[in-house]
Amino acid sequence: MSGHTAEEIRGEIRKYWIVGFALFLLTIITVAVSYLHLPIGQAVFVALLIACLKGGLVAAVFMHLISERQAVYALLLLTVFFFALLMFGPSFGRMASSAIG
Amino acid sequence: MQIPYTVDERPDTGLYNAKLGIWLFLASEVMLFGALFSSYILLRTGGGESFLVGHEALNVPLAFVNTLVLIFSSVTIVMSWASLRLGNFAKFRLWMGVTLLCALAFMGIKAVEYGAKFEHHLFPSTSNFLGIYFTLTGLHALHVIGGLIVNGYLWGPGAKMYRTEPQRFINRIETAGLYWHFVDLVWIFLFPSLYLL
Repeated sequence: MSGHTAEEIRGEIRKYWIVGFALFLLTIITVAVSYLHLPIGQAVFVALLIACLKGGLVAAVFMHLISERQAVYALLLLTVFFFALLMFGPSFGRMASSAIG
Repeated sequence: MQIPYTVDERPDTGLYNAKLGIWLFLASEVMLFGALFSSYILLRTGGGESFLVGHEALNVPLAFVNTLVLIFSSVTIVMSWASLRLGNFAKFRLWMGVTLLCALAFMGIKAVEYGAKFEHHLFPSTSNFLGIYFTLTGLHALHVIGGLIVNGYLWGPGAKMYRTEPQRFINRIETAGLYWHFVDLVWIFLFPSLYLL
């Protein structure tokens, strides 16, 4: 990331401010949607969708994952796998046990 | 003894060592917060209405302001790194200083929030929801304090390195920034999950 020209870095700075502004807006939308009192399923879906969008922007632009080395992607792929196991494993286990009996 | 690859990229990973190190650390942090999130989801979906005792006491406006503060601090820390890459040390100091102020503001607001709960005799032992609320937000606050210490060092005494080894110092700011963005990322999910749902 350090071999960039001054002009490229200034371009990145513009991008950082745009993303920061988008994150502000998305936060306001998240709170506004919560006051609509949607059914719980829809509320969870919308809140997590916006959170994922915000998280994606932070990771892609601020943490520059959009242009990172393969070693980082490989590491994150492994992390995502185990994270998914952590998130969904217990729920599947509970569903399976309730289905059995 | 010289520590290898603090500035140059290792040929096999394509990264300088500190960057690989911080990503490994962040991967372990994903597991830590992931386990707690998973517990929260299981308790929340299986606990019914009784699980939510204490949820009504959460202060959404304060948490909303804290979210904006943390997002702004993510912009300012990346600005401090960009300023260094442009060779502007004074601007680095300014943006990193703003980042530190944001972190202090976040902690101040969090302290007000916690204080209000304790005043109303709402403790982690009051309900399962408050137990996991204090665990998740407390652990996150510890991470903010950790970031404050590291960023404070880099803003103050640690900045001397810029005179002797500028690229190594820029790399340190990048890795500190990656950590700080992760702290922001965790809060982005904590805020709606705990306060709004």
